Amino acid sequence: MIFLKYICYLDYGRLIVFLIQNKARVMINQQLNTGVITLIFSVIYQNQADKEEEKLAETCARCSCGSTESDLRYQQLEKIISENKGKPGALIPVLHQAQELFGYLAEDVQELVADGLEIPLSEVYGVITFYSLFSTKPRGEHTIGVCMGTACYVKGAAAILKAIQTELGVGIDETSEDGLFTLTVTRCLGACGLAPVITIGEDVYGRLTPDKIPDILNKYRNNNSK
Amino acid sequence: MESYRKQVLVCGGAGCISSGCKEIQRSLISELQSRHLDNEIKIVETGCIGSCDLGPVIVVYPEGVFYERVKPQDVKAIVEEHLAKGQPVEHLLHKDNAGKTVAHYQDIPFFNKQVRIALRNVGAINPEVIEDYVARDGYAALKKVLTSYQPAEVVDIVKRSGLRGRGGAGFPTGLKWELTMKATGDAKYVVCNADEGDPGAFMDRSVLEGDPHAVIEAMAIAGYTIGSNQGYVYVRAEYPLAVQRLGHAIIKAREYGALGKNIFNTGFDFDMEIRVGAGAFVCGEETALIASIEGKRGEPSPKPPFPAVKGVWGKPTLINNVETYANIAPIILKGPEWFASIGTEKSKGTKVFAMAGKINNTGLVEVPMGTTLREIIFDLGGGIPHGKKFKSAQTGGPSGGCLTNEHLDLSMDYDSLVSVGAMMGSGGLIVMDEDTCMVDVARYFLDFTQDESCGKCTPCRIGTKRMLEILTRITEGKGVPSDLDDLETLAKHIKNTALCGLGQTAPNPVLSTMKYFRDEYEAHIFDKRCPAGVCKALLSYKVKPDLCRGCSICAKNCPASAITGEPKKAHVINSQKCVKCGACMQKCPFKAIALS
Repeated sequence: MIFLKYICYLDYGRLIVFLIQNKARVMINQQLNTGVITLIFSVIYQNQADKEEEKLAETCARCSCGSTESDLRYQQLEKIISENKGKPGALIPVLHQAQELFGYLAEDVQELVADGLEIPLSEVYGVITFYSLFSTKPRGEHTIGVCMGTACYVKGAAAILKAIQTELGVGIDETSEDGLFTLTVTRCLGACGLAPVITIGEDVYGRLTPDKIPDILNKYRNNNSK
Repeated sequence: MESYRKQVLVCGGAGCISSGCKEIQRSLISELQSRHLDNEIKIVETGCIGSCDLGPVIVVYPEGVFYERVKPQDVKAIVEEHLAKGQPVEHLLHKDNAGKTVAHYQDIPFFNKQVRIALRNVGAINPEVIEDYVARDGYAALKKVLTSYQPAEVVDIVKRSGLRGRGGAGFPTGLKWELTMKATGDAKYVVCNADEGDPGAFMDRSVLEGDPHAVIEAMAIAGYTIGSNQGYVYVRAEYPLAVQRLGHAIIKAREYGALGKNIFNTGFDFDMEIRVGAGAFVCGEETALIASIEGKRGEPSPKPPFPAVKGVWGKPTLINNVETYANIAPIILKGPEWFASIGTEKSKGTKVFAMAGKINNTGLVEVPMGTTLREIIFDLGGGIPHGKKFKSAQTGGPSGGCLTNEHLDLSMDYDSLVSVGAMMGSGGLIVMDEDTCMVDVARYFLDFTQDESCGKCTPCRIGTKRMLEILTRITEGKGVPSDLDDLETLAKHIKNTALCGLGQTAPNPVLSTMKYFRDEYEAHIFDKRCPAGVCKALLSYKVKPDLCRGCSICAKNCPASAITGEPKKAHVINSQKCVKCGACMQKCPFKAIALS
């Protein structure tokens, strides 16, 4: 904790500059009681620093190019929020865009949206958990959607689902160990003429039989290893 | 203006896109360019032509030659032989059930038995080119309404046409427009319900992807009629192509002057926005849809008050289905009497059906109300594949019921379907053959409605769960005689007390299958047998001793080590250990293992 240095030397000038530079929320106690001020600063800054570290750790784990990308996404999110602030019913469109940016809606993103749109976090959480499209867990690089609509079901979608589960060793809504695939079950995609159907990202595969699954999955595995 | 001697229509519906039509288009363009034919021959990417199973599909005009299951490597032949020299490519032409070649689009029953009103432009124009739409009387109805009719006159026209809501309930559209027109409020809204959540239904998707302007025009007409300046189209998130094409069409409509301020200089303002859903079937219910537009959880509210009086943000709101809107412009242009001359006495006009499941010609067809089920399944649909027997056709999705052999000559209209315990629904028609277990189908639908239940009201939240538990037990061979009565009692109570349409209609598939296939339920419960051979728990894999050569391939592949036997002697499967995976049956080279 670097800031302890400043406390130890009781260098308030540098301390305040340091705190402001690091965006700590500064609470000024009018009584100027040294001990109280230091305690307040330390508690607030500890929370802030922890959050920042967490965010950085999380985003660094997600992308390999460094911290600049993670800043960009949060900046973009702020832009989306400010464009939609005040518009009635804007929550769901904003959540769509946020999920597209980050891949899923982590707690910090939920908080940012809640703060930005001035909606209680509980309401944001309630909306996210109601709709099946929104995810609070990280997803693999490719999301596989197995259509379980009536037409596909009647044409053997259950067997396709089983084949994928066996091939990847995952259950529904789980991600494969290599982080490549998340398996989900979707509602009818409207491509009933091609039943049974799966989607991988935006690609649609129809007229499937269980033996076709390994080749399709390998296409993405090979693309990734390039 | 360019004049082309031939037009090549490439189906760009979602099904064909998944089958690779984009590559075929690219191939066509480059082949034509390399032969310098691109000035003589026009390529048009259209919306869904309807014959999804036969895709990718190409139709060459003016002759109307129909090519099916086209592959990229076939393009060269099409260009060289047909487009350049005028000789159609034989092996790509459509063959009927008897194997006879039917070269022309207009001779194929799947197409010539249709009466396309809602789908008039789908498959015939490029949905991204507004000039195509305008050339086929696009926006003429809007111009006519804005310049020549008062709102009350428009209501009268729609009422006289007899148009009923195509979303499933069949409420008279003219009446709905009248109620919303008469409602008071400082703002009103026009909403299009494009949440098509019924599994097996893709009619609305095709209209939005193939003819989005039809919906835009109708919503503007509706706005003028009820006194609204703002529209919303609520599209489900699982239709990204529809969202994209509709968004593009809205931009083009604004440029053309059909949307925005002072439309066609008449002083009427109307604009619209797209709101994308987020994967909740219940949001197809109008009050839940309204909640979703308002950014809330999609939970329904009690009716009354109806949306016509109190809808989006508490204002009077008109909500209609995509297909309902698609019928409006022709009604205005050709007159309500023309529309009322098609169909039956109480169900006017046409209906788009999405045929799927065990049927030869899967895809979309639009037929006059009153067409029989037999005509749809056998004449247009081409019958059941692999020579299997027709067992049942499910209409109305998870809210509907099934129609059986005794209903094949039933007229497909709102009231006849209700009278036999089914319903029209949105038009999804899933055909099932002798290999489908009706108890399993009922369980599948209940699983769906249970999952999609919003949880607000007890009858649906808990009632459907209890019904699902009973059905699951039955399919696992653990059914007891009292289950049948329990299911009926539960169904009756849920239907009477659930808050919204989802809960009220959730028991329908169960009641319907119990009515027509009670013998299957009884076989599951009393005999612990699944007649269709589907419910795994009730099946056992057995080795046929006379066919078994004792090669042990089955035993080696069995994950549960359930097969024993000596080499060259008939093997035996221990049914207690068997996990019913079916691997042994798949691997046996002598087809000596079968389900019983």
